Amino acid sequence: MSKERIGVYVCHCGTNIAGVVDVEEVAQWAAGRLKDRGVVIARDYKFMCSSLGQEMIAKDIHELGLTRVVVAACSPHLHEQTFRTACKRGGLNPYLCELVSIREQVSWVHTNKIAATYKAEAVVSGGVERVLQQVPLEPLHVPIHPATLVVGGGIAGIQAALEIADAGYHVYLVEREPSIGGHMAQFDKTFPTLDCAACILTPKMVSIGTHPNVTMLTWSEVERVDGYVGNFTVTVRKKARYVNTELCTGCGICQEKCPKKVVDDIFEAGLGYRKAVYTPFPQAVPKFPVIDRDNCIYYEKGTCRACEKLCPTGAIEFNQKDEILTLQVGNIVLATGYDLFDPRRNPHYGYGRLANVFTSLEFERLSNAAGPTDGKLVLRDGITEPRTVGIIHCVGSRDRYFNNYCSAICCMQSLKFAHLLKEHTGATVYNFYIDMRTPAKAYDEFYQRVLSEGVLFVRGRVAEVTDAARLRGEEGKLIIQVEDTLAGKQRRIPVDMVVLAAGLQPRHDAKDVAKLFGISCSSDGWLTERHPKLDPVATMTEGIFIAGCVQGPKDIPASVAQGAAASARILGRIHQGEIALEPIRASVDADKCSGCRICNDLCPFNAITFHADRMVTEINPALCQGCGTCVAACPAAAISGTMFSNEQILAQIEGLLLLNLNPERAVTYASEAVAA
Amino acid sequence: MTSNPDGNPNGKPKFAMCWAASCGGCEIAVLNIHEKILDVDQNFEVVFWPVAMDAKYKDVEAMPDGSITLTLFNGSIRNDENEHMAHLLRRKSKILVAFGSCACEGCIPGLANFSTTQEIFDAAYAGISTDNPNGIRPQSAWDAPEGTLHLPKFYPVLKTLDQVVPVDYYMPGCPPESHQIGAVIDLVIQALHGEATLPPPGAVIGAGQSTVCDECPRARNVKKITHFARIQDALIDPALCLLEQGVLCNGIATRSGCTALCPKAGAACVGCYGPAEGVLDYGARLMTAVASVIDSTDPAEINRILDSLPDPAGAFYRFNLAGSLLRAGKAAWAADRVKA
Amino acid sequence: MTEAFEPVIVGFTCNWCSYRAADLAGTARIKYPPNIRLIRLMCSGRLDPTFVFKAFSSGADGVMITGCHPGECHYVEQNYKAMRRFILLQRTLAQFGIEPRRVRLVWASAAEGHRLAEEITNMVEEVRQLGPLNWPTAPDGVQVTRSVEAI
Repeated sequence: MSKERIGVYVCHCGTNIAGVVDVEEVAQWAAGRLKDRGVVIARDYKFMCSSLGQEMIAKDIHELGLTRVVVAACSPHLHEQTFRTACKRGGLNPYLCELVSIREQVSWVHTNKIAATYKAEAVVSGGVERVLQQVPLEPLHVPIHPATLVVGGGIAGIQAALEIADAGYHVYLVEREPSIGGHMAQFDKTFPTLDCAACILTPKMVSIGTHPNVTMLTWSEVERVDGYVGNFTVTVRKKARYVNTELCTGCGICQEKCPKKVVDDIFEAGLGYRKAVYTPFPQAVPKFPVIDRDNCIYYEKGTCRACEKLCPTGAIEFNQKDEILTLQVGNIVLATGYDLFDPRRNPHYGYGRLANVFTSLEFERLSNAAGPTDGKLVLRDGITEPRTVGIIHCVGSRDRYFNNYCSAICCMQSLKFAHLLKEHTGATVYNFYIDMRTPAKAYDEFYQRVLSEGVLFVRGRVAEVTDAARLRGEEGKLIIQVEDTLAGKQRRIPVDMVVLAAGLQPRHDAKDVAKLFGISCSSDGWLTERHPKLDPVATMTEGIFIAGCVQGPKDIPASVAQGAAASARILGRIHQGEIALEPIRASVDADKCSGCRICNDLCPFNAITFHADRMVTEINPALCQGCGTCVAACPAAAISGTMFSNEQILAQIEGLLLLNLNPERAVTYASEAVAA
Repeated sequence: MTSNPDGNPNGKPKFAMCWAASCGGCEIAVLNIHEKILDVDQNFEVVFWPVAMDAKYKDVEAMPDGSITLTLFNGSIRNDENEHMAHLLRRKSKILVAFGSCACEGCIPGLANFSTTQEIFDAAYAGISTDNPNGIRPQSAWDAPEGTLHLPKFYPVLKTLDQVVPVDYYMPGCPPESHQIGAVIDLVIQALHGEATLPPPGAVIGAGQSTVCDECPRARNVKKITHFARIQDALIDPALCLLEQGVLCNGIATRSGCTALCPKAGAACVGCYGPAEGVLDYGARLMTAVASVIDSTDPAEINRILDSLPDPAGAFYRFNLAGSLLRAGKAAWAADRVKA
Repeated sequence: MTEAFEPVIVGFTCNWCSYRAADLAGTARIKYPPNIRLIRLMCSGRLDPTFVFKAFSSGADGVMITGCHPGECHYVEQNYKAMRRFILLQRTLAQFGIEPRRVRLVWASAAEGHRLAEEITNMVEEVRQLGPLNWPTAPDGVQVTRSVEAI
């Protein structure tokens, strides 16, 4: 006989449950069969989640002195909070309430009423046994440090940083490259309005650079993250710039005088040059250059030092060392962006082999007035304007050999390129597309506009780009071989220039970043949001948010929106001053722990620490995410986990199987007709 | 304190020790407490201890129920004679201690639960080391000219003591270590004199709360298993945790109390002290711990690594099979069902 | 009433993927046999082989273990630990004479209600073919009935 007093509440959910499960029978059964397990009252009710249903529970707790509550209704993901709150109102610790699902897991998936009722009883029995082993718990309250770390200085990170800084809280913005700006700084025009990217981005970059609440750490990388929501300790390596930023005025003489020219693979996408001492672009923020040690003549040969000699303020410091900074922050935004799909991986399109095949990023640089051609749209020779151009969509995207997903931005980007080509060169422009995807505000209008400008569209995936002429008129051209699926025939279209709308893909080191910050990636490599619809910028790790393309391919407006959304979430927390966490945590019984160290490497959140002096392992409850892997692994059963303890789970197993041990209830139900 | 603190007007409290299915090592271990055996004699009247003195079952049957204060029962329940003695001594004893691994959890005899009676008898009566030209097998009853002879009936599934009678305390070990036996005897004597209280019924006595690693001097690091090796096949660093060197050492899951004798002597812990406090299934604990630290995420590689552990069930359940959740293999249970 | 054998399967689900897949199967009214009873864990990494032994020894005919697809674990990589344990568990169970097909490891994301329902349907059928396991152990193990306070 249990000393606990349990109330069981079986919900009809209108006919959602009652239409298949005999809810009255379930309640009666629980009151009788589970009486010796402590069930003192079992009721069924139309809608348990209604205010009347909730009051019923609260009233029973008061009047019948219930010490445990089991609600058999819908999924705990829907109404667990509702019934916990009801129990709390009745004066019961909310964690002593167990919600078992007899809707999603019974009435909605089964049709045989006898079998469904029987299973519902088993599920209730499992819930009763489980709740008997539950203990009162309190949510964990964690204070929030008001500073925030933003990783990645592209548009998403810039937006997030500015929103938080403008609200009056400190932000550390860490950027791997010498300047913030990200991919957006490389673009010329932005679709569909064709604003100049620099014109709208530069003011934001300058705000970051001058904001009193922003500490900008460019040419820096996060090396280590310790701690937990509200209280992260982040180790940042500030790489040596070899330029004293206190003295440097950004005059640019060093860059002008440096004798070493280097192909700029990053900012200029390999189309232009920079010097060994450089800022990636003229509007760079900060304005201070860095010396690229791998290419600097001084580091190579020990002589030169032209920059040092000519610097008017003596800011060059060849002996500068990397600095290691330790930051305290409460929340983190990851906005580390994307890499462009490398079209070399698809040799059929000839990129890297055929000179006049360009990537979309190369084309952006060509069209940029500050780019290597001063905005002239010319072939690789640097002078010839193309007369005919083919733009190939979905390069590396929507392709089972590379990435299955749609990169989201390429259709609009290709339309933008077509428009710019028409405007600047009057060339004949073909777009080779699978489907046109222009679903956002003013996007389809832009498509209509480009159509009306006489750009040609061929629906079909391009098979090959080749310079092997077969027909008259193909000599000296690039020939695009494509099945025109609307015309229903194969076509060979000779062009002067091919632009590959290369897809977006996760940063090559996205998985390392995920591991560093203790969050997860999808199998593609995009960082995983907490909920794809309802919680797109939070992650499963409390205190870590994601914004921009790190979460998946998206355009500038969406990246900005995510940056702002992440900062809104963080500002809310900073204002609250603390956060309440579910008390699902593991802990070690130091008396039982023998220090065998089996668990030590099992926690991806670094919550497990071994104390060599005492030879015991300890779990930091604030870092623990409650997965229970260490609980299940401990050979000494020295680790226990709240909410999902061994006792609870074992009891639930027994409860679920109770009916099997009861021969008179052994209902045989003919195999249910599985949805025909 | 009087000489009859348990209220026995006829003198000293009574002590018994019984040997069921076991090797006899537990009996030797009790004798191995050296001069402390004199304390036993001083404080108890030994009424039944077949290995040490002559006694008949019927003498025990004649005793009043509950008249024996302390019974150490070693050995598991392999046949109906074992079970009879378990019931008998339970009835006669105030405190019944499952003494040693066999009584607690089945021990090595319990490993036979992976086999059928047929297989066990084949091994015992027809193996290459057995001289049994007529293929004689034990029978529970045999008609001799002089009358019917009876041998105990062999059970298809070996049981632990607490699977046939309620047990008050468990004292693990194969055998229990002498210093632990001595300490327990001291404790009981003190309790008899009202100078100490006994732990709550059901407790494990004469052992630690933690696992063998707690007493093991070997250095240990974060564990990653890339292969399993048998100790004779590997070059072993004498100062380093054996499991880290690929040797399946059961110390991680085995209750402390033995002072880590085996790992100290350069051998892997075999697990004779049984599960740690609060553990339901010893083999599962060992299995889950070892599996958790296999250093691969590729199923094919995991399988390759596990191929170097040829007998996982035997390794994990060496001492605990009969006391585990499943208790026996399917074949043994099938034979048991036929018997029933 | 027919005498067909109806297996009972205990399913362990991950709070973040397969439990949600089960929710989704419900919301989408996808049908599967009622022979499975689900237990929610936070992660497949919480799966302790003890639970499987407990289920078998308490009367289950099969056990399904479900978790996030490799690489998609909510807790980064804990499903790999479940996988390792599962492989070793299957090997061990085989030595007990328990058919390896009575335990099944299924990866099902929160979006895969259909897949989960299909796996359940398949497994129920498979275990039905295998027949009842009917492990003959009592539901309760150790019992301490006698008081020793008298001493």
